[in-house]
Amino acid sequence: MERKRPLGETSLFFVPAMTEARLKAVILEAQDLDRALTRMAHEILERNRGVDGLALVGIKTRGEVLARRLAARIVKIEKPAQPLDVGSLDVTFYRDDSSERPLRPAAASELSFSVEKRTVVLVDDVLYTGRTVRAALTALLDYGRAARVQLAVMVDRGLRELPIRADFVGKNVPTSVREKVRVFLAETDGEDKIAILEGGEEHA
Amino acid sequence: MKRLSRKDLLDLESVGADEIRLILDQAAAFREVALRPVKKVPALRGRTVINLFFEPSTRTATSFHLAAQRLSADVLDIKVMDSSVKKGETLLDTVAAFEAMDLSVLIMRTAHAGSPALVAGRSKASIVNAGDGMHEHPTQGLLDLFTLQRHFGRLDGLNVAVVGDVLHSRVARSDVWGLLKMGASVRLCGPSTLCPQALKSVWPGAPVTVTHDLREALEGADAVQVLRIQLERLQRFLFPSTREYSRHYALTSERLALAKPGCLVMHPGPMNRGLEISSGVADGPQSAISTQIANGVAVRMAVLYLLAGNDAEAA
Repeated sequence: MERKRPLGETSLFFVPAMTEARLKAVILEAQDLDRALTRMAHEILERNRGVDGLALVGIKTRGEVLARRLAARIVKIEKPAQPLDVGSLDVTFYRDDSSERPLRPAAASELSFSVEKRTVVLVDDVLYTGRTVRAALTALLDYGRAARVQLAVMVDRGLRELPIRADFVGKNVPTSVREKVRVFLAETDGEDKIAILEGGEEHA
Repeated sequence: MKRLSRKDLLDLESVGADEIRLILDQAAAFREVALRPVKKVPALRGRTVINLFFEPSTRTATSFHLAAQRLSADVLDIKVMDSSVKKGETLLDTVAAFEAMDLSVLIMRTAHAGSPALVAGRSKASIVNAGDGMHEHPTQGLLDLFTLQRHFGRLDGLNVAVVGDVLHSRVARSDVWGLLKMGASVRLCGPSTLCPQALKSVWPGAPVTVTHDLREALEGADAVQVLRIQLERLQRFLFPSTREYSRHYALTSERLALAKPGCLVMHPGPMNRGLEISSGVADGPQSAISTQIANGVAVRMAVLYLLAGNDAEAA
């Protein structure tokens, strides 16, 4: 999430250089991330007693990738007769900070199945303030009334601003607001890892 | 490109290819919204959009109204049909009054080319031209581009025929600008009074041809946009009779067969069935006319969203 810089930093006399965020620590390597996903797939199946009525919806962009990976794993474990429904949501239109910053272009959501009476597992990469999840819940309701909605995140970094918690967590990582947590995925970033970054421009 | 670098949308002449691409991509996201059970997103909650129409319009006014509502903006329709008012002075005063009510986007249709630009220069609100005289109708041009792109998967290299009263058509003007910027070629076709050779000089050096023979325009065309014949032109002796016009320029099934197989048929509406287009073609399998209308809402949502979205930066 973008935040406003302190006034002094954007004055005419001092133009901040666009610095790359510095890598502070790698929390999970590719193998750990893989294991965490497998565990989450099992947990989702355990909690819901199988895949009946289950659907996975990833929040764009990395949540969508994670949802597809989780779905593939669930299918591998459970071998259901029907393919598992996987969709994606772009929540840009539902953000609550649109009056504070320019609206960004959004990609199209893809939800080709009905969520009516289904158990929908929302999937995102990082759970932080909870505002993205709040927006995703509102967006999801516009597609119909799901029987229940659960939340799966790769990283829970704490610092919530809304009463939201995850049902399935890959890794809990206590952080400070100055740090950033970034999930790198092969499909979008060329490699699998989770890292803490510091400084530089905030990524969304 | 992440953002439109303009306050207003007055024409397609001044809009770059990357900006057009941004609007079309955004329209694709809004088209998905129209397929949901709840066809509304809260993106422009709390913003005010005014539709100011000095000319009668059902389609465009409805389309903009619906687009604004689906973005959760507060929308107001104002129809001013009194053409005797002194437009210049009254218009600016009217807009000044709207501004005092915290207007975010003003959508304008007028008979006077350039009046949206005049207002845009004096107003903090974003101005969207919904048709000004014989100048341009940029959102119609964009929705035609969007319709073509969704059908063909590309715009680059398409051959598009525009048939009818090209000279007086703001739709044709916006279509041609948009098509050229996206790499398509254009054939303009109509009787010499409505489609003079001199039109070529508007786009010097561009892949635009002018012909008075419909067969020539249709041959090898990927798509054809049939313009509405405005019957009031008859009174100005620009063509002898509707029957004669029909005989030479109406798009019928036999003539459509001269174009590429699967040639897409478009019409900005409202149609004069039997005059510029036969019912067989208008309702036929190659017709994209109702798709154009559906796409119009998505494209206008994209335009409103991208223009209104720029305010926060200024604030």
